[in-house]
Amino acid sequence: MADTRPGAMSRIIRWIDYRLPFVAALNHELNEYPTPRNLTYWWNFGSLSGIVLVVMIVTGIFLAMQYTPSSEAAFDSVERIMRDVNYGWLVRYAHSSGASMFFAIVYIHLFRGLYYGSYKEPRQFLWILGVVILILMIATAFMGYVLPWGQMSYWAATVITNLFSAIPLIGQSIVTFLWGGFTVGDPTLHRFYALHYLLPFIIIAVVGLHLIALHRFGSNNPLGIDAKGPQDTIPFHPYYTIKDLFGLAVFLLIYAFFVFYAPNSLLSPDNYIPANPMQTPNHIVPEWYLLPYYAILRAVPNKLLGVIMAFGSLFILFFVPWLDRSPVRSARFRPVYKWVFWLLVIDVVALGWVGANPPEGIVVTVGQIATFYYFLHMLILLPLVGKLERPRLLPSGIGTAVLGGGARLGAAGSPMAKP
Amino acid sequence: MADVAQHAGETRRDFLILTASAIGGVGVAATIWPFIATLNPARDTLALSTTEVDLAPIQVGQRLTVAWQGKPVFIAHRTPEEIKAAQDVDISQLREPQADSDRVQKPEWLVIVGVCTHLGCIPLGQKAGDDRGQYGGWFCPCHGSVYDTSGRIRQGPAPLNLWLPGQVERASQALYKFTSDTVVAIG
Repeated sequence: MADTRPGAMSRIIRWIDYRLPFVAALNHELNEYPTPRNLTYWWNFGSLSGIVLVVMIVTGIFLAMQYTPSSEAAFDSVERIMRDVNYGWLVRYAHSSGASMFFAIVYIHLFRGLYYGSYKEPRQFLWILGVVILILMIATAFMGYVLPWGQMSYWAATVITNLFSAIPLIGQSIVTFLWGGFTVGDPTLHRFYALHYLLPFIIIAVVGLHLIALHRFGSNNPLGIDAKGPQDTIPFHPYYTIKDLFGLAVFLLIYAFFVFYAPNSLLSPDNYIPANPMQTPNHIVPEWYLLPYYAILRAVPNKLLGVIMAFGSLFILFFVPWLDRSPVRSARFRPVYKWVFWLLVIDVVALGWVGANPPEGIVVTVGQIATFYYFLHMLILLPLVGKLERPRLLPSGIGTAVLGGGARLGAAGSPMAKP
Repeated sequence: MADVAQHAGETRRDFLILTASAIGGVGVAATIWPFIATLNPARDTLALSTTEVDLAPIQVGQRLTVAWQGKPVFIAHRTPEEIKAAQDVDISQLREPQADSDRVQKPEWLVIVGVCTHLGCIPLGQKAGDDRGQYGGWFCPCHGSVYDTSGRIRQGPAPLNLWLPGQVERASQALYKFTSDTVVAIG
């Protein structure tokens, strides 16, 4: 089991490893782990999101050491972090910008999976765990956003918890239960703080399961065909560790730009006004990463239906592996789905724009069309395109496709020669 | 005899498993219960504080916001036109049909909770320059709900009329009373 090459492990490590096979497992999962040889930079975003999760937890723990979770003191304690605590501004901006970075990375990761069919047999459960992580992230981010107890914090908490009042009969009791009172208040802030600290560790646990599910069959790849032998794979280390590290360096440049030069560009100025339960800001919007769901919520004139659709747009992702009927994974070989995919990307961006603007005039119309199209894509286009479309001929193997040139790609002669 | 014993042994085991799991389940539920219950409003939160408001300084047409249970309560001293507009509505056309007389104790004083029944924002209309919507009542800036001079929903996504203080469900009694001609006690 353990690596027995001389000098590979010191005697102490070998002594421990015999009793707790940790290093061996690490060696097996990272060093020997056979990975398709044709992964592009789109495959960086998984490990990248893991790194950002660690950054968020570390910055979060240090913020927690300075923060006071009471409605009287929360706002001032955050201002104290910004002004008095040594490097408090840095830790807080790293945490607040980090949240946006985390979502950007995870959304790219998700759309990568949609484009290359990474959710298909046998990786359905891997995908489901990913959606679970996304839902946990949204809950965590929302509760974290409430903690500074500014105007946006307070009213975001009010609007989002009020979504549950749409539930018939017991809705209002549920909302009172969530608040621990008759409005968002001190008890709400306390429990949000406790849960905001707890949920990231649950995310870590689900990420662990996500990785176990990933390593069961290995990564998908841009061709979407299975690796059939050593000619199709390379060891994860050093090839992809170095590629991931390079991607990390590029990411850190972007991250550092936001932390040092534009830390408030992704925050709302209203959140620097202390929470006032007697006055709602004129224009309330959620953080950018929740705008599409918010747009769907507002697109429907009925409260209960709007809430169902907004949650449904997220939960429908669970069923994508079964809604997509095409046996071909990669959109490279799916001439119709490729276009449908990009239309979905445009649609989600349009929903984001709609969510950011006040619901008047053209915004309402665009919001309704985009909402309709989102569900049309998921419920009609995914199954239908998979059934009707004629996919291009798949290459016989990753190795031959990547190394052998276009000649062996088959009769269709698709321009897939380059990795 | 052996057959009976074996049969009896089986049922006894089934019985034990069932009762043990049932009792265990009750125990788990009983243990979870207090933890869940801690999340509901505590007794100090539940204690209904009463807010007394002196109405004497409120001119006809003026609106005042007071805090009650952490929520804003709108007190509107309605003008005769506003009262007439509220009473003249054909209530069968309303989303939540309710006569104006069911929403006020004295026609000139409307006392309602100023929380939009859509997603809990605070509607505009209390200050002189505010957008009051096309029915002259209140307008919620968050998602565009429009309320009339009786606080009833007329347009936009909100499903219900603005609540009366203390109302816990549709059409339950309002929890305020006029302790004298110029003092109202909410709660």
